[in-house]
Amino acid sequence: MSAVDTQSNGNGNFRTTEQVDAVVIRFCGDSGDGMQLVGTQFTNVSAVFGNDVSTLPDFPAEIRAPAGTLNGVSGFQLCFSSTDIFTPGDEVDTLVAMNPAALKTNLADLKRGGTLIVNKDAFDKSGLSKAGYATNPLEDDNDSLAGYRVHKVDMTRLTRDSVADLGLSLKEADRCKNFFALGLVYWLYDRDAKATQDWIKSKFAKRPELVQANLSALKAGADLGYSTQAFTVHYKVPPAKLPPGKYRKMTGNEAVAMGLVAAAHVSGKELFYAGYPITPASDILHELSKLKNFGVRTAQVEDEIAAITATVGASFGGAFAVTASSGPGIALKSEGIGLAVITELPLVIVNVQRGGPSTGLPTKTEQADLMMSFFGRNGECPMPIIAAATPGDAFDVSREALRLAVEFMTPVFLLSDGYIANGAEPWKIPDLKNIKPIDFKHIKEANGQDGQYLPYLRNDRLVRPWALPGTKGLEHRVGGLEKSDGTGNVSYDPDNHQHMIETRAKKIAGIANHIPEQPLEGPDSGDLLVISWGGTYGSVRTAVQRAQKDGHKVTLAHIRYLNPFPKNLEEVIKRFDKVLVPELNTGQLRFLLRAMFLCDAKGLNKMKGKPFLVSEVYDAILENLKK
Amino acid sequence: MSTSIELPVLTPKDFASDQEVRWCPRCGDYSILAQVKKILPTLNIPKEEFVFISGIGCSSRFPYYMNTYGMHSIHGRAPAIATGLKVARPDLQVWVITGDGDSLSIGGNHFMHMIRRNVNLKVILFNNQIYGLTKGQYSPTSPQGKRTKSTPYGSVDAPLTPLSVAIGARATFAARSVDVDIKHLCYVLERAANHKGTALVEVYQDCNVFNSGAFDFASKKDQKVENCIYLEHGKPLIFGKDRDKGIRLNHFSQPEVVELGKGGVSEDDLLFHDEKQENPTLAFLLSQMRYPDSPEPMGVFRAIDRPTYDDEVNEQVKDVTEKYGPGNLEDLFSTGDTWTVE
Ligand SMILES: Cc1ncc(C[n+]2csc(CCOP(=O)(O)OP(=O)(O)O)c2C)c(N)n1
Ligand code: SF4
Repeated sequence: MSAVDTQSNGNGNFRTTEQVDAVVIRFCGDSGDGMQLVGTQFTNVSAVFGNDVSTLPDFPAEIRAPAGTLNGVSGFQLCFSSTDIFTPGDEVDTLVAMNPAALKTNLADLKRGGTLIVNKDAFDKSGLSKAGYATNPLEDDNDSLAGYRVHKVDMTRLTRDSVADLGLSLKEADRCKNFFALGLVYWLYDRDAKATQDWIKSKFAKRPELVQANLSALKAGADLGYSTQAFTVHYKVPPAKLPPGKYRKMTGNEAVAMGLVAAAHVSGKELFYAGYPITPASDILHELSKLKNFGVRTAQVEDEIAAITATVGASFGGAFAVTASSGPGIALKSEGIGLAVITELPLVIVNVQRGGPSTGLPTKTEQADLMMSFFGRNGECPMPIIAAATPGDAFDVSREALRLAVEFMTPVFLLSDGYIANGAEPWKIPDLKNIKPIDFKHIKEANGQDGQYLPYLRNDRLVRPWALPGTKGLEHRVGGLEKSDGTGNVSYDPDNHQHMIETRAKKIAGIANHIPEQPLEGPDSGDLLVISWGGTYGSVRTAVQRAQKDGHKVTLAHIRYLNPFPKNLEEVIKRFDKVLVPELNTGQLRFLLRAMFLCDAKGLNKMKGKPFLVSEVYDAILENLKK
Repeated sequence: MSTSIELPVLTPKDFASDQEVRWCPRCGDYSILAQVKKILPTLNIPKEEFVFISGIGCSSRFPYYMNTYGMHSIHGRAPAIATGLKVARPDLQVWVITGDGDSLSIGGNHFMHMIRRNVNLKVILFNNQIYGLTKGQYSPTSPQGKRTKSTPYGSVDAPLTPLSVAIGARATFAARSVDVDIKHLCYVLERAANHKGTALVEVYQDCNVFNSGAFDFASKKDQKVENCIYLEHGKPLIFGKDRDKGIRLNHFSQPEVVELGKGGVSEDDLLFHDEKQENPTLAFLLSQMRYPDSPEPMGVFRAIDRPTYDDEVNEQVKDVTEKYGPGNLEDLFSTGDTWTVE
């Protein structure tokens, strides 16, 4: 951190501008306070400015818990930076708390010496009692806020003043205070508000008085920063040095939708999607249903069972078929997935994991469905599983999921999670030439003797052909009963059943020959191999890099292909003395690695509905090195 | 040289697969299979454009016996599978084969939603009022009091009337026939095949192993004329061996049996069948007439026009594409705020 300049604001006050590398801000308030909105706006403005950004929205499962209560607190954290970042940050530099409940639930994450901006007006008797404060923390003598740079701002009053002449109801006026807070923070971090101003203008285009009001509130917030003496420093975070190119902001759910559409489109296929609303997967349905002009057919069907089976039907008809869900919805799909496995039809099932079991923690993240993806179906029912590491990565992984499904005639699990789904990062818009079409073929001619079509006649990869209804001479039946290899006719023959189980397993295992080897971040061998998968990538990678900088012989293997594992994984594991597997579950990947590779992997396991902090993983690395 | 492409003339035999049919001897399913094979060649549709999708149950083995495209799927889900297929491939003629347990118990949800969406599917519901494949438990259509393996003291469940469920969900086509009533069944199946929208045909199917004779009232020659009313569009509801009985609506708009010629009752006083009535009330009322409380209607209860789901989904794709132009990935990627790093 370095002071770059000192200037007068014209009121005779001097203030300094400090340049910093990275800042973590968290906006928090009541669910009705518009915190997700201002968080998103700040992210957009920072991304457009050229910072690297990473976000962590955190909202309650209830749409509107009673106003002012601890359960109703909604937060949005983001890190923006002039260097590469992979996480939304461990500690908060600046916390904006719109009410006492928000302060109470979030203060612990504010770092010592950090900036706290509170809406003083909300700290009245009723607000304090709803949050369970016996005394007002802004005033009490025990100095609970000592050690922070506290700014008590009467936001409600100042917002009302700023919109006074516009004839708004009190309720409407108070709704503008999130933009007041945003204006103040924009000033504090030297952001250009233009993109937000444009957004306000288009969002409220039909209500000119609201355009005016929100613009005024935004400006009033910035003016406060400029004019009062309280804010003695403001900060600059220069643009990051990202690889050259055109960028946009991308959330994981958007990336899945776009990745699937792009993969289908360049392959000359149209996408069929069936789904049933569920948090946090619904946005995939929302995004895809906008894209009808890409030929996307979306169906919001009656339940997840209908969703999976409708995709089986569409796939039988030749479509690139996809369904997405989460937790309980994935559980409902199990039987339908089994049908796709035995009929050997291609489709992608996206699982945006959330806290479980049962309804669990609908809006919080977790990685506890790995075992279900491996084993959660009746019978021997193997299928490929791949996982996205970051929101942007979800784009590439989606294409890869479709590729595996189609090339190997199998349903594929694509694992995402709540953190990836809702989190955002800058995404470099790819060159279309780099999105390779997926190879697919619909057989047109009989493949057996005497003009017979054999639906289960396999190629050298053990993959069966995909004949479309409507193709003359290839009429055939598929189904859930065991079938003879080759003809596909129902068969109860004992030897055939064993053969078919082994064949289906071999086909999936053989995929290992058609995926990349496991890449490593760090030396090829050493003291500790950290193995991670899915959305923990950012934290784990940052922690490993820190340990490497500190001179430790630590390497990261972040696994994208979970079934089958990359061919070289076992051999990689054997090159390290110790293995640490951090996961947001009780140790599901660790269990598999121990069982499959006989390695004494240790775990770091967190089940709090929250991503890892970098420091948690870092500490675990050091501890395991010591042992 | 002829200029028009002529479809080869198909026969029922062309629709038979090489698989041995494995229903119990004398099962009603045989007749239904035979009648379907009989009507398909009359539809002027190439054989490869038929798809039969079934759930699980004795009846659901049906697709294996047809030399068309087909899928024997999982219990209760055929309507959902067929919906996905039909949306992706509106060019195919898709048939759904289901049992009373398959469609009304485990698959009740999909059954209802297929009908209210009016997906362009032909549906044959093999109603044997029993679970055949699992060896004889009562089903959602078994009469109350029915003694079966799982109800040794008699079932206490109130049964469903499939056609009432369908009409309640605004079915555009709902009909009933009986497995051995060959001519009538062919007629009804043909009507269904030519209907655009979800065309439901409930077929009373004798499971001679676990529920033998359940439909004697509607299949035995001497009984059916007294117990069944054969619906004809625009014609009065008349039945009986001597065609001397009819159905009239009483002052409470309830159907009652009257004797023609008695007490001055003439044909004009009777209820006239109108399968094209938009309002489903009358069709529902007919569906509620059940033997033995009343004579039972057979035939087409309702056949109306309504846009189909698969058409609408595909129309929307076309409309949006026309309005906004075909999708362009570069534009899609650049939606929202973008920035350039030099
Ligand atoms: C999920 C599931 N539950 C239960 C079964 C067992 N099962 C198979 S067929 C059937 C009932 C069949 O009755 P119905 O649909 O009336 O057909 P029918 O055999 O009488 O033709 C049941 C319960 C199954 N196959 N799948
Ligand atoms: S059990 Fe009944 S329904 Fe099943 S095949 Fe035998 S007779 Fe037919």
